[in-house]
Amino acid sequence: MTLTKRSDKRKFEDLRPMEAKVGIISRADGSAMFKIGKTIALAAVYGPRELHPKFLQNPEKGVLRCNYNMMAFSGSGDRVRPGPSRRSKEISLVTEKALASVVDLDKFPNSVVDVFIELIQTDAGTRCAGITAASMALADAGVPMRDMVSSVAVGKVGGKIVVDLSKEEEDFEGGAVDIALAMTKRDKKITLMQIDGEIKKDELLKALEMAKSATDKIYALQKEALKAKYVREK
Amino acid sequence: MTDLIKQHIEKLLENSKREDGRALDEYRQPVSVEYGVSAKSAEGSARVKIGETEVIAGVKLDLGEPFPDTPDEGTIIVNAELIPLSSPDFESGPPSIDSIEISRVVDRGIRESKTLDFKKLCITEGEKMWMVFIDIYPINDSGNLFDACALAALAALKDAKFPAYNKTEAKIDYTKKTTKGLPLADTPISITVGKINDKFIIDPTHEEEQAIDSRLTLAINERDEICAAQKGGEEPLSIEEIDQIADLVIKKSKELRKKL
Repeated sequence: MTLTKRSDKRKFEDLRPMEAKVGIISRADGSAMFKIGKTIALAAVYGPRELHPKFLQNPEKGVLRCNYNMMAFSGSGDRVRPGPSRRSKEISLVTEKALASVVDLDKFPNSVVDVFIELIQTDAGTRCAGITAASMALADAGVPMRDMVSSVAVGKVGGKIVVDLSKEEEDFEGGAVDIALAMTKRDKKITLMQIDGEIKKDELLKALEMAKSATDKIYALQKEALKAKYVREK
Repeated sequence: MTDLIKQHIEKLLENSKREDGRALDEYRQPVSVEYGVSAKSAEGSARVKIGETEVIAGVKLDLGEPFPDTPDEGTIIVNAELIPLSSPDFESGPPSIDSIEISRVVDRGIRESKTLDFKKLCITEGEKMWMVFIDIYPINDSGNLFDACALAALAALKDAKFPAYNKTEAKIDYTKKTTKGLPLADTPISITVGKINDKFIIDPTHEEEQAIDSRLTLAINERDEICAAQKGGEEPLSIEEIDQIADLVIKKSKELRKKL
């Protein structure tokens, strides 16, 4: 089965409609909301603060710690049982790795920067939305960063390479390959890559090229959201 | 909590003043309720804001077997999770005692007001019932999570619609929502009054909360009856004080009920 048209009329390289806002949680040091399609992710940053238990501390530099969670009612079917699952733990881990290379915590030995990601509503691409929100929240918190990270899913649906798969596309009858990606803004380095499904190398490279311009669009929105908080209108 | 802040709050209260200039019996503004914040995923959902405090609640419906002692009734399960996203004071891990207390106080306000007709949640006596899961998450804890969580839970219940139920397969089709709402008969409003020295305040900020010696949460139904209560804090309350608190809560419950 080949895909000729996307169900929501998007072009193959188009993202779903997005919204971004920073500074949404006053108790946090930094925070952000990122919405893509119907997926809504919130992220809050706390720290740098002292890391407990002490044996986790690194005397050389601060530690980045990420936690991804879906609210119990945010799944598309059954209620998600509260508390960490194997899935949420793995996503927390890869989120941490997706962001670790851009944050500079050398000046904060024995400290931790905590990033908490919560999904309110989900419709595909939740880990990517979480990473995009977390990157904004880290910037909002004033954590030293070398670059911003923008994240999107690309993939192959019904023989076509597409950007930002919807839930319907993930479940496409003719088979779908889902690639979760995160990229740095400046040099387009890949900080997250998870592939589910069979894809030829050339197709993967094409998907990665498409992700470049897609993450550029996401970055533009992240920047705009940050500016909206910090740059006063004249 | 530094003693300085507590002393400052107490000093202001001596002259019936608060750090943000509010009257002692005044809610922060705006108090807002937004429905369907997770409409794609949840059967019902709502966001409540009281000043800077923000809470989201969602309702999921599932099937279960009725309990042996109530074979003709469905049930509710209330779960509040004080997620570390919402405050530097909350930690990851199993539910804290504070989470459990809020869950149970909200549960009692809904259950004991009989607002939800449990009998109407029974599908087949002794065999199948609807289980109404109410999950509550603070997004920003700027104080008074008790009242915000109770209000959000009620708003999410009001927003909820039954998903399609396939009788022959005895399964839920979550992709199809019906237009049928939950059988709600009342609107119980929970309000917490905090006592600092000899003054009563409502809607404490998170700083005021830490100066509170004792608190009393009352759920009030539409007929101005008390349907649930929880006393917290270490200082005892006199009968006269409970009388005063009840008057205040009944008065304020009318104001808050209008927000739904």
